[in-house]
Amino acid sequence: MMNLLTKLVGWIDERFPLVSMWKEHVSEYYAPKNFNFWYFFGSLAMLLLVIQIVSGIFLTMNYKPDALFAFTSVEYIMRDVQWGWLLRYIHSTGASMFFVVIYLHMFRGMMYGSYRKPRELLWIIGMIIYLALMGEAFMGYLLPWGQMSFWGAQVIVNLFSSVPFIGQDLAILIRGDFVVSDITLNRFFALHVVAIPLILVLIVIAHLVALHEVGSNNPDGIEIKKHKDANGKPLDGIPFHPYYTVKDGVGVMGFLIVFCAIVFFAPDMGGYFLEYNNFVPANPMKTPEHIAPVWYFTPYYAILRAVPPLFGSQFPGVVAMGIATVAFFFLPWLDRGKVKSIRYRGPLYKAFLASFVVSFIGLGWLGLMPSTPTYTVFSQILAVVYFAFFLLMPWYTKIDKCKPEPDRVTFK
Amino acid sequence: MKIIKKLCAVALLLAMPAVAIASGAAVHLETAPVNLQDTASLQRGAKLFTSRCLACHSAVSMRYNRLGDIGMTEEQIKVDLQLPEDVKVGSTMLATMDANSAKLAFGVTPPDLSVISRSRSADWLYSYLRGFHVDSTRPSGWNNTVFPGVAMPHVMADLQGEQQLDSHEGHGAGKLVLKTPGSLTPVAYDAAVADLTNYLVFMGEPAKMVRYQLGWIVLGFLSLMFLLVYALKKEIWKDIH
Repeated sequence: MMNLLTKLVGWIDERFPLVSMWKEHVSEYYAPKNFNFWYFFGSLAMLLLVIQIVSGIFLTMNYKPDALFAFTSVEYIMRDVQWGWLLRYIHSTGASMFFVVIYLHMFRGMMYGSYRKPRELLWIIGMIIYLALMGEAFMGYLLPWGQMSFWGAQVIVNLFSSVPFIGQDLAILIRGDFVVSDITLNRFFALHVVAIPLILVLIVIAHLVALHEVGSNNPDGIEIKKHKDANGKPLDGIPFHPYYTVKDGVGVMGFLIVFCAIVFFAPDMGGYFLEYNNFVPANPMKTPEHIAPVWYFTPYYAILRAVPPLFGSQFPGVVAMGIATVAFFFLPWLDRGKVKSIRYRGPLYKAFLASFVVSFIGLGWLGLMPSTPTYTVFSQILAVVYFAFFLLMPWYTKIDKCKPEPDRVTFK
Repeated sequence: MKIIKKLCAVALLLAMPAVAIASGAAVHLETAPVNLQDTASLQRGAKLFTSRCLACHSAVSMRYNRLGDIGMTEEQIKVDLQLPEDVKVGSTMLATMDANSAKLAFGVTPPDLSVISRSRSADWLYSYLRGFHVDSTRPSGWNNTVFPGVAMPHVMADLQGEQQLDSHEGHGAGKLVLKTPGSLTPVAYDAAVADLTNYLVFMGEPAKMVRYQLGWIVLGFLSLMFLLVYALKKEIWKDIH
């Protein structure tokens, strides 16, 4: 039996670089041994991509992308399809948890300077994944065809119509109609189940290829490749398999406990993962009193609302929202710090990063609330804090009093 | 195009005063005594629902035979719920009155109630069904403290009797006073409304109880797996210093 397997692997290996790929990317890919809790979220994001694709395939088998039937077909899945309710809750919980995991993954990169040279491109590819994910989530949210699906899409697509000169045409191009309609539903369905998932899978592969080219950063923000043994393997590196496959396995189990607790006991998460108003079928004639995007978009939505209109146009707010989203792309060049990791940064960086986190969460909360004059002032203050983190970064990272980095990674 | 722009502008603007209203005169909701394990209550609720609500409202996502989940046999469904000859137990619950006639009669199409407990809360439904009062200014002759200006008349007035809104208390919502008693005592009527609310919650997500039961098994399995994988990790990482 074993002999036969060896023969088969040999046969394949003469025609396909199976063993060398396994070695390069798994069994002889050396990762720093000092990864902490924050390093679980990369593999968890991959897990979520798989969960979403698999549950999505089965949902697609039963869902009808038709304005007349979409809403009831979701309820059909919830009631008449075997395990349909489980598929649907896995997919809806997966969408929100994907963003939880991605935000924590991004925050890890910011804490330990993972975007710094030589990982600039790795970071940029990651940011493209993030943008694609936002598009994927936005289009997927239209599919249940509830009131929030419809009006959320209406409001967001209308943002594009505020672009000077081409705005109106741009919005029509996106919707395929003058309002969000059956046509919009059909094209969002196509983009959600075919186009963007394809792109996502491809750029996730690119993300991994780039990661394995430069090697992982670590909580100390120092390069393990500086110290190699006689065979050329990093002294502080350990093979990804079995060490990190089994460690990530612990992370996966821990995550699945949280994930399943939500799926089975609180799939609507008090109206944040599944909005109550989305259990009302879409009605183009009836605008809900309060339209809020799903929680993962609300920090940007709050920034949009914080910017006052110019000559009656929302365009400045839209621009601010766009800049807030793409600002992350520039981190590798905004950061002038002598060290990468927060462990050896001075107080200035820590203060700015902390205030950034506060502004991001605060804006997220404000974006969920209906806008009032007081809340608008809060949003404006927090938006300034948000942008200050990026705009002042070249200054405060440069003058910050850093501690000396260790020569080798810290591992207790 | 302009209309859409206006609509959205209005939508955004509406959000502002809406808060003022919502926070200013928030209706007090009673806590609904929901218990999805009480099949007797759910069955009583199902009977009330089919006899009182289905005349005008539909529940297009709910099949009659799903009532098997709350312990009703096919025979009970046919007999107790008085299914017409042409309605099969596997059918979904359609309104007796067609949507157009209903719209003519009430001015609005009565909403489908399949997931009403998920868009409105159980507490809202429980309070709403107890909040009807006589109001001669309304076309139907009825108004509601939870849903002011509602088009729906009080379809359980024979059970509850007629309530009046006592506005002597000054401004605000006032107090509901039972002027003409119905066939049920106030306590019995509240219990009936509780049954109906309970049923509506069940109908909003029939698989909910299965979900809870399965949830514990899944979490138990995952906890064991966690311990196992954690032990494996400890073993493999032993030699890393």
